[in-house]
Amino acid sequence: MQRVHSNLERKVYQILQQVTDPEMPFISIVELGMVEEVIAEDNYVYVKLLPTFSGCPALDMIKGDVKRKTHDAIESFDHLLKIDVDFSFSPPWTTDRISETGRKKLNKNGITPPPAVHTKGDPWEIDCPYCGSTYVTMENIFGPTACRSILYCNNCKNPFEAMKPVANLNEKVE
Amino acid sequence: MSHYETIVRELLYQLADDNFIHSYRGSEWLGLAPHIEEDVAFSSISQDTMGHASIYYQLLEKLLEVPVDEISHNRKPEEFRNAILLEEVNGPGDYLNSPKYDWAFTVVRHLFFNIFKDIRLQSLNQSSYEPLVHAARKIQTEQYYHLMHWKTWFYQLMSSTEEARSRMEQAIYRVWRDFGGVLTLGKYGGEMSDLKLIAPEAQLKEEWLNQIQQLFSEVDFTIKDDPGMEKGNGRNGEHTSDLVDALNVLSEVYISDEEAVGW
Repeated sequence: MQRVHSNLERKVYQILQQVTDPEMPFISIVELGMVEEVIAEDNYVYVKLLPTFSGCPALDMIKGDVKRKTHDAIESFDHLLKIDVDFSFSPPWTTDRISETGRKKLNKNGITPPPAVHTKGDPWEIDCPYCGSTYVTMENIFGPTACRSILYCNNCKNPFEAMKPVANLNEKVE
Repeated sequence: MSHYETIVRELLYQLADDNFIHSYRGSEWLGLAPHIEEDVAFSSISQDTMGHASIYYQLLEKLLEVPVDEISHNRKPEEFRNAILLEEVNGPGDYLNSPKYDWAFTVVRHLFFNIFKDIRLQSLNQSSYEPLVHAARKIQTEQYYHLMHWKTWFYQLMSSTEEARSRMEQAIYRVWRDFGGVLTLGKYGGEMSDLKLIAPEAQLKEEWLNQIQQLFSEVDFTIKDDPGMEKGNGRNGEHTSDLVDALNVLSEVYISDEEAVGW
């Protein structure tokens, strides 16, 4: 994004840093790359979020959390503050939006982050988040949440998870 | 409402209702799938699919200015535009009472529909209705994993035991008899493609047949006739009692207490 952020917008970003995915409470929605746009003016805050997976049941909770936390933190500026939170599919969320910090946090919590760059149909290399071994077995591409898969490490004998790579299949469409 | 919007609405109903009822039939397998990993995978797929229905219903909400729950939960069966094949029960019984569901039928129906869904999404990528382009792009990223899943089942069962092969072939014949109902765009189909909302019906069908023939050739199977539409055209509001029963279950909470939906 090219536009310069105001102080208020920077403050909103700091608050969003504290909003997490309830199914992955160690990573913020900013680190996951879900925040596409923040506009903050005197009495108005607009946040545009990109859902990770469309059937994700956490979306409503995330939206509520953004509103509540923003409202609580910015109340001192103006109590008449209006906050709109929108979910959009344009652009689609892709896994290359996850920040470097986000990737580290996923790995630390037993979830191998998706490859930073991925093309649809390419082989997907997954290393064990615990011991780094490449000797792993895919147990189930569909895991406990829509965005994760279940694997097993044949080296350190730990079950673990990996985040599915999601690439934009149609870069040319804009 | 302009003529263009009326035709957009008709197409959106088809897209939303197909995914809605298809997801519901999938969800009825929860706890009954052949093994525990399949239970996890199938539930995840059905959840994604309900998400796809939800995206389309939200587009309808904006277009019609009617709340999304009203659109999904408070329409009469004859107002639904899904293909009849997708509303059919998984087998005798229901998930609470002696379910004798047919796994071969489920695998074939899911795979065949998902191949069509993929073709349809690719076409929607070029739709003249921009919100549909965005929706299609999003859904495609997830669709990739679904298609892979059902292909795996299909190949494995088609090359498994004699009994598996025979059940799969029976399922293919059964699905074939009504798959024409999935391939049709209904009575407004010509207008949909004239307005560049989606490719012409004949083109979608041809692409589907190509991909299916390719699939069949890999498992040494052939079928001569074109897919039929024996039970009627759901795109024109024709449906069976299977849809009526499903909607009664799906809408039970909303109809009894609208407020309870927003938990």
